[in-house]
Amino acid sequence: MSMLIKLTQAGFQVAEDLFIDVADEEIIPAGSVILSLTRFQAEGDALVTAGRAVGVRIASDETVEDLAYDLPRLALVAVVFPKFRDGRAFTTATLLRERLGYRGEVRAVGDVLREQALFMVRCGIDAFAPADGATVEDWARAAGRYRHVYQRAADRRAPAFEERG
Amino acid sequence: MYLYDAIDKDFLADRAAEFRGQVARRLAGELTEDQFKPLRLMNGLYLQLHAYMLRVAVPYGSLNPTQLRAFAHIARTWDKGYGHFTTRQNIQFNWVKLGDAPDILDHLAGVDMHAIQTSGNCIRNVTSDPYAGATAQEVDDPRVWSEVIRQWSTLHPEFSFLPRKFKIAVTAAETDRTAARAHDIGLKVQRGPDGDLGFEVMVGGGQGRTPYLAPTIRAHLPASRLISYLEAILRVYNRHGRRDNIYKARIKILVASLGAEEFARQVEEEWLKIAEGADLPDTELARIRGSFAPLDFAILPPRSDVFEAAKASDKAFARFVRNNIKAHKQPGYGIVEISLKAPGATPGDASAEQMEAVADLAERFGLSDIRATHEQNLVLPHVKLDDAPAVHAALAAVGLATPNINLISDIIACPGLDYCALANARAIPVAQSIAERFADPDRAETIGELKVKISGCINACGHHHVGHIGILGVDKKGEEFYQLSLGGSGAEDASLASILGPALPADKVADAVDRMVEAYLAIRQDGERFLDTFRRAGMTPFKEAVYVDAH
Ligand code: SF4
Repeated sequence: MSMLIKLTQAGFQVAEDLFIDVADEEIIPAGSVILSLTRFQAEGDALVTAGRAVGVRIASDETVEDLAYDLPRLALVAVVFPKFRDGRAFTTATLLRERLGYRGEVRAVGDVLREQALFMVRCGIDAFAPADGATVEDWARAAGRYRHVYQRAADRRAPAFEERG
Repeated sequence: MYLYDAIDKDFLADRAAEFRGQVARRLAGELTEDQFKPLRLMNGLYLQLHAYMLRVAVPYGSLNPTQLRAFAHIARTWDKGYGHFTTRQNIQFNWVKLGDAPDILDHLAGVDMHAIQTSGNCIRNVTSDPYAGATAQEVDDPRVWSEVIRQWSTLHPEFSFLPRKFKIAVTAAETDRTAARAHDIGLKVQRGPDGDLGFEVMVGGGQGRTPYLAPTIRAHLPASRLISYLEAILRVYNRHGRRDNIYKARIKILVASLGAEEFARQVEEEWLKIAEGADLPDTELARIRGSFAPLDFAILPPRSDVFEAAKASDKAFARFVRNNIKAHKQPGYGIVEISLKAPGATPGDASAEQMEAVADLAERFGLSDIRATHEQNLVLPHVKLDDAPAVHAALAAVGLATPNINLISDIIACPGLDYCALANARAIPVAQSIAERFADPDRAETIGELKVKISGCINACGHHHVGHIGILGVDKKGEEFYQLSLGGSGAEDASLASILGPALPADKVADAVDRMVEAYLAIRQDGERFLDTFRRAGMTPFKEAVYVDAH
């Protein structure tokens, strides 16, 4: 089992990853799984009905709104950062939280680097699979580097203009 | 001007500390250059041909004397004694050592300045009118909205990794001194049909290898909805802008491929889904607006005897007045433009001594306000006409009284092959050769307004697409050649320049410009600028003048 960093009420914590990330060409194993959006649309219904915990992986060029009706049945949504420069997953995560009202786990997977920790947290991502070997301490430090923020965002942190109140 | 409070100051201190840690990791070998590159770029640190270059933001081109003195200090302590003001109202230091960069950022943070978002695919420093708060033309102070955008865009959680860099301009005057339509978003502050404050929203302009002027996608946006509307535009772009080819990644390509109408429809559709809570509360807007409250101007008669006497007796001052002093909204005041285009100088360069001299003048005579223009000059926006002769004399003493604003020698040039790793050709020596050719100030004044803009490669940092005469450096089998184009404008009458003909070698460029100028003088009609004559007469007379020997 690989490890994850999760953001909980108590702060950042190491957690065991109970899910198996299933590639499209692989046979779906037993246990809790993460499927691509396409595969979920084809096969997810049966798994969920059978009581399996299922997560969906959203590629950066996929439309998260397509998941709207399935969200209550999902165990998690994994948003893919294919590379550092590709910032579409920030919008995906923001929409999941702010527009679709998703309260379950939103997990960052792919090229997940500590330099983007703050941005990810602010967009409502609460589970991280770092690709740069960052420890939970590294991650917490990177995400907490700024004492203030300027915008309203999915993390509900009070922006500067509210602090100034 | 806007004063940083404890929150803004904490923010810059945190940023500087973060970067210091990253540089330490790089110097200790914990980060490779590949890993470090995106981090240094997020702090404006580029690796150029000969050294690191640090680009420091001058938010919407506005700075105070303490800040300008800090630039002078940086130039003297960590660079070769000068800095370079850019076409984005920023300043660049061209000879920085990596190990010094954290100290420089600390020094900047100490005077409320930084290098945040001066590079990378994020929302860059906002361009605004250097005459803001001084010109009678404006319907509102564009700095208020520029500051609103500065805060909103700083480390924006969703829009810091866009397909490509993103530039916003805010203007509030009839005369556009920001090149609004050449930006990703141009905002023109205006009064709506009912007298309400709002914006004309233009999206999808840009230069580079495929230049576009931004079409208007919304005729009038209520001012209070600015942030939510920007969010809608940026979200559509972040999702649908191309990421497969960096030359097609700017928003202009998305707007052009969808068509302005369809793009506007998608933005409106997205905007309707964004709650009104996304907009800035009125209280914060009022707080920011308070920073730009009208200054403590003296009540003066519109006519200054000192000023008139100096004009009558001192020819050099009279010429400076004609070209460099512009109308101020307050009677008895003028807007003083300081040209960084002395003959033989590098356009936009200012030495530490010159920066200090300007800082002193701003303090003594200019209500402590200084602006940088996108045409690479400086401005003292509020000078009493009574004080103008003294200001002129002090500028002349440090080589800053060149009376050529908007004239043919007031040339925009990018750093080109003298510094820039992307360049095909040099830009600075070409600018110098043209400026020298037209060094005779009488001739330059006879020619009148003529904007020459030079880029060292197709990235167009020298804005050649919107030059009355645009000059682009190209590489022809390892040799530097220059492609001339005519008829561009970045002002309220925006247009893109068209190519004149085959590219010319470096030593023929000043000649060609000279010939085109003679052709213009021969056929111009009353009051026509070079640009107007070109628009009336077309390309032919200029083409003939330049390529006559080729027949
Ligand atoms: S136009 Fe080209 S040469 Fe000039 S600064 Fe930009 S990238 Fe460099």
